[in-house]
Amino acid sequence: MSSVATARLLPAEETTPAPCADTRPVKLRVTGVSVSFRMEGVQRTVLEGINLECREGEFICLLGPSGCGKSTLLNVIGGFLTPTQGQVLIDGQPVTGPDPRRIFVFQERGVFPWLTVEGNIGFGLQHLPAEQRRQRIAHYVEMVGLRGFERAYPSELSGGMKQRLEVARALAVNPDMLYLDESFGALDYITRHTMRRELLRLWTTEKKTILFVTHDIDESVQLADRVVVMSARPGRIQRVVDIDLPHPRDISAPRYLQYRDELLDELGVAHKV
Amino acid sequence: MRPSRKTLETLLLPTLTGLLLLLLWHGAVRLSKTTTFPTPWQVLRGMEELASQGRLTGYIRDSIHRVVTGYLLAVAVGLPAGLFMGLHAPTARVLGPVIQLLRPISPLAWIPVSIILFGVANTATVFLIFLASLFPLTLAAMNAVRSVPAIYLRAGQNFGLGRVALLRRVILPAALPYALTGLRLSFGIAWLVVVAAEMIGVDSGLGYLIIDARNAGKRYDLVVAGILLIGSIGLGLDVLMRRLERARSVRWAYHRET
Repeated sequence: MSSVATARLLPAEETTPAPCADTRPVKLRVTGVSVSFRMEGVQRTVLEGINLECREGEFICLLGPSGCGKSTLLNVIGGFLTPTQGQVLIDGQPVTGPDPRRIFVFQERGVFPWLTVEGNIGFGLQHLPAEQRRQRIAHYVEMVGLRGFERAYPSELSGGMKQRLEVARALAVNPDMLYLDESFGALDYITRHTMRRELLRLWTTEKKTILFVTHDIDESVQLADRVVVMSARPGRIQRVVDIDLPHPRDISAPRYLQYRDELLDELGVAHKV
Repeated sequence: MRPSRKTLETLLLPTLTGLLLLLLWHGAVRLSKTTTFPTPWQVLRGMEELASQGRLTGYIRDSIHRVVTGYLLAVAVGLPAGLFMGLHAPTARVLGPVIQLLRPISPLAWIPVSIILFGVANTATVFLIFLASLFPLTLAAMNAVRSVPAIYLRAGQNFGLGRVALLRRVILPAALPYALTGLRLSFGIAWLVVVAAEMIGVDSGLGYLIIDARNAGKRYDLVVAGILLIGSIGLGLDVLMRRLERARSVRWAYHRET
């Protein structure tokens, strides 16, 4: 009970900054998106009335329990799924399909096992002249710490290395947005921790707009500018929480723990195990 | 030295088993006092006889030639057909049931058909081998394409690949190892069918040897020689085909993560 009380003590003006504070242009605008499927003769609504706005360079986490439609929403935004209703605009243009300017990062399963580390990173760079391509590959090999493994195949890499490889492959085509779908979910705790730090470093240096789907509360508080909390069946946006903490974030700081508690409450998760 | 020890084991153990079986065979023939079934020694002498007549290498060459011809024809037809069916679901729905219906029919059942089509000739034999390997090969190629994980297709599309590029850079490399296994297995079937296929219309080859030796003077030493030759050549061909699976471009699929 005391932890609930602490969460409520969070001063309101700190969780909701003034609306005019952010002057960055709007990158993504989701309006009235609903998705429903017909499954076994029953019409199922997976997403209902989703409205979301994301500014250039923002890091947004979509947080929610399994089956809340957060991955479906990311697929709609990524152009892999056409919504039943509503519209997705990126830079003012409607999304009609997948686009190399916006790369989806799956769990490490997305790397191509028949290509080497170099081959994977260079996959989206076929249009470049050989020399430029080689330089770009070398740059991203270095950036994700895979030097010495250029000729290795994914099956020879650890889970964390494969994940870094997939991120490198995505970054190599210089996209403006990255979509990560529980990308670190299959990694062990320590590797996951390192990967988050790496991602934040890349986000700061490369200035990408990032949408990150997760069911991990800690992950969302560590990474996001804003956490979009979703509820299940049908998937709706329950609340948007601004995480007003500077990076690097101290995961033992009282303010961090307050945000964490707030999100635990929002998702209706008990504070005691 | 660990590698040499491993080689020793993989070579020595089967050799020992083989020797033991030969010994048992020899003992069984001796104990039963049979005069129809040959001892290993008599079989060896039979092979020598064939070699001295020049029939041994000729028969082996003819059999391999027929199998390879029939098989390559099946690859030329079945591989593209299977790949196309894997990519194009409507075609698969139309042709799939037909192939599924034809596949379980023993190649022996086609003997009359192939004689009607090609007469008693070498072509009839090749046609039987072609038919026997065609259906499993087509289905293997189709399934190899179909089982390419959707996640690779999505990643390919995400990087802006069109249909042709997606086929060339994602679908084919992802399907290759599984198609290769299908190719190897159907080659095994092609070899398996050679005996039956050479029972019609030809007067050479290892299958012919078996039938001819039985019909002309009940030469069971030559029958068994034929059987052993078919077995060992089949094994050798399979080992060669397995070599392909060790190529760098497909090895990933057989690599089990530790």
